[in-house]
Amino acid sequence: MKVKNIIKTSMVAAIATLGLNAGDLTIATVNNGHMVEMQKLSKTFEQQNPDIKLKWVVLEEGVLRQRVTTDIATKGGQFDIMTIGMYEAPMWGKKGWIKEMKFDASYDEKDLLPAMVDGLSNDGKLYAAPFYGESSMLMYRSDLVANAGMTISDNPTWGHIQDVAKAIHNPKDGVYGICLRGKAGWGDNMAFISTMANTFGAQWFDKDGKPQLDSPAWNHAANFYVDLLSKYGPPGSSGNSFNEILALYNEGKCGMWIDATIAASFITDPKQSKVHDKIAFAQSPVAVTSKGANWLWSWALAIPTSTKNATDAQKFVSWATSKEYIELVGKTNGWGKVPTGTRKSTYENQNFKDAAVFADAELKAILSAKPKDSTLNPTPFVGVQFVTIPEFQGIATNVGKQMSSALAGKVSVTKALESSQKSADRTMKRARYYK
Amino acid sequence: MKFDLNKNTVMNLLKAPSIIVLFLWMIVPLSMTLYFSVIRYNLLNPMDTGFEGLGNYEFFLTDEAFMPAVFNSLILVVSIITITIILGIILAVLIDRTFPGRGLVRVMLIAPFFIMPTVNALLWKNMFMNPVYGMFAFFSNTFGLEPIDWMSDFPLVSIIIMLSWQWTPFALLIFMTALQSQDQEQKEAAELDGAGFFAKFYYLTLPHLARSIAIVIMIQMIFHLSIFADILITTGGGPGNESTNLTYMIFTNALLDFDVGIASAGGVFAIILANIVAYFLIKQVGKSLMA
Repeated sequence: MKVKNIIKTSMVAAIATLGLNAGDLTIATVNNGHMVEMQKLSKTFEQQNPDIKLKWVVLEEGVLRQRVTTDIATKGGQFDIMTIGMYEAPMWGKKGWIKEMKFDASYDEKDLLPAMVDGLSNDGKLYAAPFYGESSMLMYRSDLVANAGMTISDNPTWGHIQDVAKAIHNPKDGVYGICLRGKAGWGDNMAFISTMANTFGAQWFDKDGKPQLDSPAWNHAANFYVDLLSKYGPPGSSGNSFNEILALYNEGKCGMWIDATIAASFITDPKQSKVHDKIAFAQSPVAVTSKGANWLWSWALAIPTSTKNATDAQKFVSWATSKEYIELVGKTNGWGKVPTGTRKSTYENQNFKDAAVFADAELKAILSAKPKDSTLNPTPFVGVQFVTIPEFQGIATNVGKQMSSALAGKVSVTKALESSQKSADRTMKRARYYK
Repeated sequence: MKFDLNKNTVMNLLKAPSIIVLFLWMIVPLSMTLYFSVIRYNLLNPMDTGFEGLGNYEFFLTDEAFMPAVFNSLILVVSIITITIILGIILAVLIDRTFPGRGLVRVMLIAPFFIMPTVNALLWKNMFMNPVYGMFAFFSNTFGLEPIDWMSDFPLVSIIIMLSWQWTPFALLIFMTALQSQDQEQKEAAELDGAGFFAKFYYLTLPHLARSIAIVIMIQMIFHLSIFADILITTGGGPGNESTNLTYMIFTNALLDFDVGIASAGGVFAIILANIVAYFLIKQVGKSLMA
């Protein structure tokens, strides 16, 4: 009897020391600059709410996705707040894995950009609060383009971009015509290639979910991409993604770059960019249609249904995505560093407009992205540079590998698309979209 | 009490707890893997369940990446073992004789083995093999040659190089200690009979090292069939499937596609492959131990 009691007391003590405190919120987030900043500034929130303690799990994007997905799918309940993307939010909302967002009046839900709300909703219900949002646009070196006697309009065509790339390509002086993502990954090269495919009139799936990667439009888009980047791109492009190109661009090695709008805030920053004062912006180039030419992405905060601290979690999510938070960042770190792409009020703020020369171009890009209407021929699927079905991740990862292989010159574009189509077809059949 | 009769029973009873624990330790994960490998279970779509039979296996085996993955796994194991054993023997014989600074040289030769695989991979990827700022690119540029883009042009070779660098010290360490127990009088006798360096090496040293070689092969095989960190960090299995091995392919299925069923089927296949390889190797190793 005595022994039993001792065991009991020690177990209670052990649980207590593990700190399973009801007032604790465990937050999983990405190690991007904006999120790291949120972690630092969350002290303010803790001061305002002394009964809530925050615990942070900050991970690299890929690892975060693995941790969060396995946790929510197995109902692990490790996290009270998760940072998820526009790809996950509507799917998980539909499955009932995450709670619908409930804000009070002071949050001003109408202030959120409609494109973001659309992308994070399912059936008209918002399932995650946008913390940061972006689209993609063209960033180019105005000095190089002018020297070559060329101009770029605000809505350029891909044909024209190819001509400009040719004119400013000068590898002898270490300047490459155009830098684009080439590193394999559904969020890396495929994010960009999908937007290109959209504007060339291609699409991932037809209305029955049958993959369309062997279509002439895909072939056209992929050939154009590989040809353009092999001729006028930097060496080793098949290993380049956002950060690699950012480093090249800041060194003045890229003439043009089409990527996330957030890049603009880095390349116009005199502290890190050698070419910060020679940059101009335009909307993403188009080919046969302007639909889906630029992507739409958001990192958003969501609350899993398995949490026991839903009220506290909602309180934190509301705080971190509020106008007040944006103001707090503006005052503490400067208005050039606030998380953008979520609220209209940010773009109306004169402080922000003064600090961010790219503000107008970014807002225009975000407003023009329509997740529900991003392909030439209609599809029932949602998403610009991705398709919100669970199978997409695996399929696009594989297609990304094939594309990067084609870019490295290991296989022909036709061969790469053939094998992409085959594997996509296998996966969709297995998931019983069709027989 | 007839203590004698019960002796065996008592002994077995005493052994039982540890045997049962060890058995459960092995059988629970294995049977779970076998169970998952025959059902439909995708984490992203957990509502879609049911018995799948051999469907997962079929899907895994007909994957385009499958044959390359098996070959890459075998190429990695065989080439790394071969390279490390040859280099290990050469180095062990070279530093077997006494010379000034021998202790220091030994420590430096063994050092790579203590570097973590992830660090090793980053080191090679960034400091040596990077086509823009790596050491190799620097030397190529110095001699006016085009730098090699190792990770995309020779992905598998790159991984073999970095792993051989890391594992040669292991082989060296084993061979070095083995050589210390070699009979010096035998060597002297051979010298008196007029045997040259190579004759001595071939007829005395190599047979003496046979057991150590067998051990190096076995241990390295266990580690190299499951190479993962180096691939994840450097090439990510690409370009295409050029540097995807079986472990990496299972990772892709489990944590990029989140398909537990298919990944488990892949895991079962990996167990089978490991056993086939082990069977042949152990047979060979057994032979050399008899000799």
